[in-house]
Amino acid sequence: MKSDLRSYLKEIIGGSISLLTGMWITLRQSFRKPVTVSYPYRTLKLPERFRGHIELKADEQGWAKCVVCMACQKACPSFCIKVNGYKPAGMPRKVATIYILDFTTCSLCGLCVESCRFDALMFSREYNLASFRKEDYVMDMLERLRRRRICRP
Amino acid sequence: MPHDWLWETVRLLLYLVGLIGFAAFNAAYLSLLERKEPAWFQLRRGPTEAGPLGLLQPVADGIKLLGKQLLVQGGADVLLFKIAPVAVVIPSIMCLVLIPFSETMGARDISLGLLAVYSFAAINVLATMLGGWASHNKYSSIAAARVVAQNIAYEIPLLLVIIALVMVTHTFDLREIVAQQAGGFWNWNVLRFGASPLMPLAFLIYFICMLAEANRAPFDMVEAESELIAGAFTEYSGMGFGLFFIAEYVNVVVGSSIGAVLFLGGWHCPFGLLPGLHWFLIKLYLLCFAVIWVRWTFPRTQIYGLLNLSWKVLIPLALAHLIVTAVTVKLV
Repeated sequence: MKSDLRSYLKEIIGGSISLLTGMWITLRQSFRKPVTVSYPYRTLKLPERFRGHIELKADEQGWAKCVVCMACQKACPSFCIKVNGYKPAGMPRKVATIYILDFTTCSLCGLCVESCRFDALMFSREYNLASFRKEDYVMDMLERLRRRRICRP
Repeated sequence: MPHDWLWETVRLLLYLVGLIGFAAFNAAYLSLLERKEPAWFQLRRGPTEAGPLGLLQPVADGIKLLGKQLLVQGGADVLLFKIAPVAVVIPSIMCLVLIPFSETMGARDISLGLLAVYSFAAINVLATMLGGWASHNKYSSIAAARVVAQNIAYEIPLLLVIIALVMVTHTFDLREIVAQQAGGFWNWNVLRFGASPLMPLAFLIYFICMLAEANRAPFDMVEAESELIAGAFTEYSGMGFGLFFIAEYVNVVVGSSIGAVLFLGGWHCPFGLLPGLHWFLIKLYLLCFAVIWVRWTFPRTQIYGLLNLSWKVLIPLALAHLIVTAVTVKLV
């Protein structure tokens, strides 16, 4: 009987101490600086190996490096890449005329970049891709490359 | 004198308007504190967009709630369903009427003020239960049953502590109880060891019971989102829900005010200097801060844990406190 009472009181006192410890911990936390980054005003630096959607690379003359070998199109598990091209006279290789990425089905697996043996594909570093229209996600890579070259001096 | 009668009515009406404003203001800004404080604890920022530091967030919330349609679902008891949110707010504001804010402020002093406050507080439970019952929803019905079980369980230790306190003060008049605690913090009831060595424990029991009576986490079994969606408030939309929300915060304010009046010396300064409204408000908001602090520190208890705590721990301790107080009062 006596030991029952002792264990009962012990439980109450032990419980109260653990509750107070918990409250002390939360109070101490409240004096630390918040870790939140206020996103639209401030952004985190992207990691070195960030993998966005794909992007075509250009050679020194500004042509797309792509030689229309179709390796990326074959490697794509979700069939979201469409490539086509022709071989102009005087060029040592084929030139892409169509390179379309359907981003709605892309799973960002990166197999296309891995399969490219001509170093013609890279990962974009863009992540603000929200849109209200589905058509915005059918991306013309050649058009994007052209626009990039105009922007860059 | 007819003029005295008229003046008294006007004064009471003015106080009532002021107190409704006070209640609404507190509900709004305690809800902001309720979002800011866990943000500090969890190293976040909380609302920052509406106004400077998010200070206009309650206004935005209020406009949102006002803009929503008041739906009454099929099968509900329409009359009770519509009465419940109003009936839950009115007693909370009635309690505010009885609280002495400072030596010169206070809407109405009655000699049984303490008793009146707890009578009104009991109506609150009834109203919440009505809301849950009238909703005709399983979750709401469970919550209605819970609110009764919980509030009966916690009213007992609460009232035992208050009986012990009244044995010491010899009065139910809140103003008189505060007046007895003048002089400094060593005269406050929470440290009145001459009356009972267990007074700090009594304050702790009061605080825990206040959390349970106001249905605040970790004792918010009425709402318990993870188990009951929103419990008794599940079917309410728009300002119907808003009124329950306001009532919850007003109850916190009332509970903290009574705690400050009964145990922490009301409007008196801890060092016997400059008594006044500001000391009352400081104590009130420190208690409110503690209520929110507790909420965001501990996980919700389960219903049987809640009842165990009351029947097996708080009631025996409160009874022990009562006996110790009775013996000390008799001897001293």
